[in-house]
Amino acid sequence: MNMDVQTLTFDDTIYHVKKGGQGTVLEINTLNLWYGAAQALHGVTMPIEKGLVTALIGPSGCGKSTLLRCINRMNDLVDGLKITGEMKLQGENIYARGADVIALRKRMGMVFQKPNPFPMSIFENVIYPLRVDGVTDKTILEETVERALKGSALWNEVKDRLQDSALGLSGGQQQRLCIARAIAGDPEVLLMDEPCSALDPIATAKIEDLINELTGHYTIVIVTHNMQQAARVSDNTAFMYLGRLIEYGDTETIFQTPKSPRTQDYVTGRFG
Amino acid sequence: MSAYVNKSAAAPDAEIPISMPTVRMTDLRARGEPFTWALGGALALGCLMIISFLLMVFWNGVTTFVPKDVAVVTSADGTVTAGEPSRTELYKVQPEILQTLKPEVQQAIKDNDGFASRTLYRTGNYDIYNEDFRWVSDYEVAKTEMPADILFAERVEWGPLIARLKSMNIDGQQIEPVDIGNAAFREAHTAARDRRARIAQIEKDDIGRINHKLEELRLDVRRAELKSGRDSPAHVAAQRELEERSKALEVEYKVLADEAARLRDINSRNTATFVEIGGREKQMAMDAIVRIYAANNLDLVDNIGIYISRWWEFVSDEPREANTEGGILPAIFGTAAMTLLMVIAVAPFGVITALYLREYAKQGRLVAFVRISVNNLAGVPSIVYGVFGLGFFAYVLGGSIDQLFYPERLPNPTFGTGGLLWASLTLALLTVPVVIVATEEALAAVPRSMREGSLACGASKWQTIKYIVLPRALPGIMTGIILAMARGAGEVAPLMLVGVVKLAPELPIDGFFPFVHLERSFMHLGFHIFDVGFQSRNSEAGKPMVFVTTMLLIGLIFIMNITAIMVRNKLKRKFKGSQF
Ligand SMILES: Nc1ncnc2c1ncn2[C@@H]1O[C@H](COP(=O)(O)OP(=O)(O)OP(=O)(O)O)[C@@H](O)[C@H]1O
Ligand SMILES: [Mg+2]
Repeated sequence: MNMDVQTLTFDDTIYHVKKGGQGTVLEINTLNLWYGAAQALHGVTMPIEKGLVTALIGPSGCGKSTLLRCINRMNDLVDGLKITGEMKLQGENIYARGADVIALRKRMGMVFQKPNPFPMSIFENVIYPLRVDGVTDKTILEETVERALKGSALWNEVKDRLQDSALGLSGGQQQRLCIARAIAGDPEVLLMDEPCSALDPIATAKIEDLINELTGHYTIVIVTHNMQQAARVSDNTAFMYLGRLIEYGDTETIFQTPKSPRTQDYVTGRFG
Repeated sequence: MSAYVNKSAAAPDAEIPISMPTVRMTDLRARGEPFTWALGGALALGCLMIISFLLMVFWNGVTTFVPKDVAVVTSADGTVTAGEPSRTELYKVQPEILQTLKPEVQQAIKDNDGFASRTLYRTGNYDIYNEDFRWVSDYEVAKTEMPADILFAERVEWGPLIARLKSMNIDGQQIEPVDIGNAAFREAHTAARDRRARIAQIEKDDIGRINHKLEELRLDVRRAELKSGRDSPAHVAAQRELEERSKALEVEYKVLADEAARLRDINSRNTATFVEIGGREKQMAMDAIVRIYAANNLDLVDNIGIYISRWWEFVSDEPREANTEGGILPAIFGTAAMTLLMVIAVAPFGVITALYLREYAKQGRLVAFVRISVNNLAGVPSIVYGVFGLGFFAYVLGGSIDQLFYPERLPNPTFGTGGLLWASLTLALLTVPVVIVATEEALAAVPRSMREGSLACGASKWQTIKYIVLPRALPGIMTGIILAMARGAGEVAPLMLVGVVKLAPELPIDGFFPFVHLERSFMHLGFHIFDVGFQSRNSEAGKPMVFVTTMLLIGLIFIMNITAIMVRNKLKRKFKGSQF
């Protein structure tokens, strides 16, 4: 593929989305985004099904992280950012004037590419979202820690050292701790940006199992570079290219009989 | 065709030409060894200078309190000098003096290019000789002895006394001959010293308390007058109260003053008579002798005892003799108190400023300008801060505080003049750029992933700063505070304008309400060095004190820094492993 980028033409996005039966939780409508003068997202329209796992794939720099970070307005921190279009969480416009960003973020959890536990105890890490809300009731906190750590398959490994520093955990454990932290606040949507890229295959497998277990309880949006992973864990897959959503549909179709030739090229490894 | 053969063009089994590797040279300059040596050399030189500086200060400081021998030098013309040899040097002999000398001496000096050697003796006895030190040229010396009975006495005034003890006079009873090892002498001396300490205690603490109460009553009267007007019932009542209470206080005062007078009278009748080396007699009260020893007749235990007792006096007592003798407790105290107060002021102020600049202010031209200005503030000469401190803090702020809260004391200023608080604030202002810069750097170094992690959990910006950013940045902030502390503790120039004095009658902390007196002027080790070394009656006598005080100042800064560094390292350890 050595086509000149300038002369590329893009057709409309091809949709064949698998329904979860619970409706859509998040609706993204013709979202455009500029970093300064450079446009990073071009008219992305993408409904996200409640209770399903949606994978975002595409070559590096195509805007996957940008799109994911738009969902919980993490991009607000970037100077010179401009956004048009709309994004609705359960019908509420996230980018409405005067929208409460903090309240919005409390309805979502996010797991980053690199594990980023805080320099505190394991316990404090997990309950951070509750601390922020001012929860001090010990029984609630303890229940939350147990539920979140069990949910992230870390409970058995750390239940005897909850007061130890989180920084003493291995990379894979730290990432599962971050997942526990993300689900401790009972989010409606769980956002994951390449959660396994810093992990070894065994830790990756554990996290993939975890994602599979979480299906149904949470709506998950996951960015990944790993085709097999996307195929294994997701119900729907979105293929992005140069800031555009090329094809968005059920994972099986995307990986076996993609409708767009670009998707075809990408999933068969001809570029990217 | 060129030497390069296209691989694919050649037949598959043809010989593939091997390109000859050129030998790539790495010359000495490229290797960087000379550069490394230069860097290492510069480092070594720097270390050498610092170490020799510290060694000099340390050596001089440590040896100052070692008791020295007293030499008795008899000159050819019969004059006798007794004193501690303090240093020896070569000097050019004046021609008119040279002519008066014996021919062989003249010849020896001529052979030496007109130079002769001379020794400076610390003779003491300033009250008798009108000098503390005397030069004796080597060619004058007929004989030098170290008599065992010559005494060296430290006194509360007039500097040291070097003489022999002749007699002791207790309540009109002449006892002679005596010797200082004698139990009677020791006893009389100790008793006299105890009485002197008791007098000081009565005058300073007991009578001080009475004066304090009287002053309070007087201030009450003035307050009532200012508040309710002259001759108003409140004013009259306060006056009556003053009259009544002051009568009782006066009785108390009388008792104490009588006691002090009685003790003083006893002390004046307990005297010792000394004979200096030239035969003149000196009678003095026993209680004026701080410490007395036979300089040439000391064994190791005596030496160590005197050494320790001098050190103890130095760190635990008040200065005497225009600061050249005695202790420096008030200066140690003042330095530590001022530095602590400065840290208390500068830390929150600097950190909050940096937090706003880095986290909240919109990064634009204005913020850049503010940042540059803050950095430039660090380069303003410190005396300028002193002028500002005096003009703004003492006169404007302090003046207003006096008007508002202490009108009854006017025209005497309370806060309206230099004092501990204003000095600390001035130094805080001086060092705040250091804290701001260090804090900004520490804040910038907190990984973005930490902030994002916190924000993604639904934390507000302030919560993120409070729970995540500040704790992470704390070691860096501490570094800034340590640097500020080191700079502040060593600063002297601005302090001379805003509250440091040569001799402070009272410590800033005492037993009278409100116990911490931030308005009081105070003593400072740095200023003490300047004062003792260059402002006293004779700087030669103050020289050893300069080194000891310098050593102590370095030690104090060292201790404060080490403490802060230990705290910082403890914090750092908490965050170790957060990098991967
Ligand atoms: N903070 C930023 N400021 C300016 N440009 C940015 C910023 N973040 C991303 N971009 C640009 O936006 C485009 C999309 O970046 P994004 O990080 O979303 O890609 P990605 O799909 O996540 O890539 P990767 O798979 O490598 O993570 C890129 O061209 C990138 O250079
Ligand atoms: Mg990315």
